[in-house]
Amino acid sequence: MDILVIGINHKTAPVELREKLSFLGEELGRSLSRLLEFPEFAENMILSTCNRVEIYATTRDVERGIVALKNFLAEYHGVSLEEFEKSLYVHLGRTAIRHIFRVASSLDSMVVGEPQILGQIKEAHNIAAYHNASGIILNKLLHRAFHVAKRVRTETKIGDSAVSISYAAVELAKKIFGALEDKAVMLLGAGEMAELAAKHLITAGAKRVVVASRTYQRAVNLAMIFNGEAIEFDGFHEQLEGVDIVISSTGAPHYILRPEDVLGVIKARKYKPMFFIDIAVPRDIDPEVNGIENVYLYDIDDLQEVVDTNRERREREARRAEEIVEEEVLKFYHWHKSLDVVPTVVSLKEKLEEIRRRELDKALSSFSRITEKERRSLESLTSAIIKKILHDPVTVLKSSDLNMDTHVYVDAVRKLFRLEGEEGGGAKRQGGDDGD
Amino acid sequence: MNVWVFNLTVALYVLATLKYLLFIILLRELLAKIAFLSVSAGFILHSVAFVLRYLEAGHTPVTNLHESLSFFAWAIIGVYLAFYWRYRIKVLGPFISTLALILMIPAMVLPKEILPLAPVLRSYWLPIHVIFAFLGNAVFALAFCTGIMYVIQEHQVKSKHIGVLSRRLPSLGVLDEINYKALTFGFPLLTVGIITGSIWAQYAWGSYWSWDPKETWSLITWCLYAALLHQRLTVGWRGRKAAIMAIIGFLAIVFTFLGVNLLLTGFHAYSNW
Repeated sequence: MDILVIGINHKTAPVELREKLSFLGEELGRSLSRLLEFPEFAENMILSTCNRVEIYATTRDVERGIVALKNFLAEYHGVSLEEFEKSLYVHLGRTAIRHIFRVASSLDSMVVGEPQILGQIKEAHNIAAYHNASGIILNKLLHRAFHVAKRVRTETKIGDSAVSISYAAVELAKKIFGALEDKAVMLLGAGEMAELAAKHLITAGAKRVVVASRTYQRAVNLAMIFNGEAIEFDGFHEQLEGVDIVISSTGAPHYILRPEDVLGVIKARKYKPMFFIDIAVPRDIDPEVNGIENVYLYDIDDLQEVVDTNRERREREARRAEEIVEEEVLKFYHWHKSLDVVPTVVSLKEKLEEIRRRELDKALSSFSRITEKERRSLESLTSAIIKKILHDPVTVLKSSDLNMDTHVYVDAVRKLFRLEGEEGGGAKRQGGDDGD
Repeated sequence: MNVWVFNLTVALYVLATLKYLLFIILLRELLAKIAFLSVSAGFILHSVAFVLRYLEAGHTPVTNLHESLSFFAWAIIGVYLAFYWRYRIKVLGPFISTLALILMIPAMVLPKEILPLAPVLRSYWLPIHVIFAFLGNAVFALAFCTGIMYVIQEHQVKSKHIGVLSRRLPSLGVLDEINYKALTFGFPLLTVGIITGSIWAQYAWGSYWSWDPKETWSLITWCLYAALLHQRLTVGWRGRKAAIMAIIGFLAIVFTFLGVNLLLTGFHAYSNW
C-alpha cells in the first residue's frame, strides 16, 4: 500500500487556480465520501487552505491512483486537466511522507515557521476521520506529522521571532517594557500598518489607546475599533506624557515631533521609558529623538532590518528542522515498510521457529538418555506443528495482499505477536503524537 | 570535615556554572534545570559547611578572608535563589554562578586553618554585623549582574542591533524593576550593617566611628546607594543611569571588602588573610 500526495500550493499555482481547485466547508466531506468509492484508494484526506490544495491517499496501484486523482480534481471542479496539470506536484512513498511532515512543521509555508498550518491539517484530519476516509496508515502518518511539528517547534527556534513589521514592533515593545499590561498606546494618524501594530499591542495586553488624526471623525472611528479615545490632532502633545508607546503614521511633510518636545515629555514622566514607532514616509519623528535617555525610536527601515534578521534566523533554524524531519521520515518509512506482507510472514516464522528451538532445547536437556533417532523425530514433530499452525494465517495474509485491507491484517499480526519493526512495539503508540 | 564539604560545594558550583554557560549558548531548558539543581544542591552543601565550621571553630566563621569570601558567595547564591522564586529569570544564573565562583576559587586556595579568635572579635555583634553587611552586599551583587545585563540589552535596543545577546536577556522593564527592588532591600540591609558595626565599634574600641579605611569606604558605598535611591525617587534616575550606578556601587563594595584589606591598613585588618 503506497502513500500518495497530489496537490498545488502557493509556489506552484496562482491564487486564481488555487481558488478553483479548493474544497470549501460542506464540500470537503462530500468529496471525501466520493473518493472512498474509488476502487483505487483505501484511505484519503483532503487539505484545502488558501495556500494549498492537497489530496492524500493510500493506493495499491500508484499509476492508476495518480490518474484517478487528477481526473477527480478536474471533474469535481469542472476545470480542464490541462489548465492545472503543470502546477500539480505528485509525491510518493518516502517523498510523500517527507512532504506532509514538512507541511505540518510549516517548512513549506509562505512564511516559514508560521504555525497556522498545523491547526488546518488537524482540522482536515478530523474531517477525514469523521467521514471514515482515513484509516490506519493516514492516521498514523498524521499523528506522526503532528509529533514532528511539535518537535520542530520545541527543538528549534523557528517560530520565535517576528517576521512582519507590526509583530516586530510588538516584540520590541516587549523587549523594552517587559509586560505590556498597563501600557498606553497613542496612534498618530491612521494607516493599515499602524492599525495592525496597535491591534497586536492590544492583543499583547496594552491597556489604553488614544487616537489622534488630522480628520477628527477618522480618529473617532478608529478609536471605536480599539475601544479607545479620540483626541484633537493639535492637542496630542499634551497627551504624550500619559502614553508609553507612540505609533506615528501621518502624512505630514515634516517632523511633527522634535527632540525638544520629547525631552519635555520624558522629564515630566520622570524618565519612564517611551517607545516611538515611526512608520510614516517621510518620517514624522526627528531621528535625534532616539538619542534621548530612555527613549527608543524605530522607523520603518529599522523595523524592516529587525524583520530581515529574524527571517534569516528562521531560515537557519529551518535547516535544523529539516534534519528532524529527515529523521522522522526514516522512522515512519520503516514502520510503513513493515506493513508489507512478505517481511511480516518472514518475521512471524522466525519468531515461532525461535520459540520452538528454545522449548525443544529445554526439553532435550532434561532427558537423560535419548537416541539420535528419537531426537530427530521430536525435531520433525515440533516443526510440523509450527507449520500447521502457520499455514492458515499465512494463507490469509498472502491472499489479503490482493485486497485493500492487507495492512489491517499485517498490523494486527505484528501487534498480536509483538513482531519487531513496530517501533516501540504495541498499540500504545497507535493513538499518540506524544512522542518517543 | 568542613573543608571537605566546602570543596564539594565548589565542585557543584563549577558544574552549575558550566551548565549555565552552555545553557546561555544553546538555550536548552534542560541545561538550565540541571544548573539550577546543581546551584541549589551547592547552596545546601555550602550551608552545611558553614554549620560544620561554626561547630568546629566555636564562633561564626567570618573572621578571615577564606571565610568571608565563602560567606559572601553563600549570601549571593542565597539571595539569587530567593529572587528566583519571584522572577524566574534563568539567564541571571550564569552571571550569579560565575560571580560566586570568582569568590569561591580564591577562598579555596587561601589558608583555611581555624585560628584562635582575636579578642576584639569575641562579640555577639560579630555575626549580626557581618550577616547584615553581607546580605546587603549580596543583594547589590544581584543588582550588579542585572545592571550589566541592562547596559548590554539597552545598547542593543538603542543601537537597533537586536543580536543573539538581546534574545537571551530579559526585557529592560524587568531588569530595571529588579534594580529598584534590589535597592529597596539592599539599602536597609547595608544601613543596618553599618549601624550594627558602629555599635560594635563602640563596645570594642570605645568609639562609634573612627574613620578607619573600611568605615570610610563603607560610608562612600552607602552614599552612592543613598544618592541612587534619592535620585530614583525624585527625578527618576531609572534605566541606564540606575544600572550604571548599581555597577559602580558594587565596585565600591568590592573595594571596601577586598581593596581596603589588601591595599590599606586599619582596625578591620584582623588577619594576614
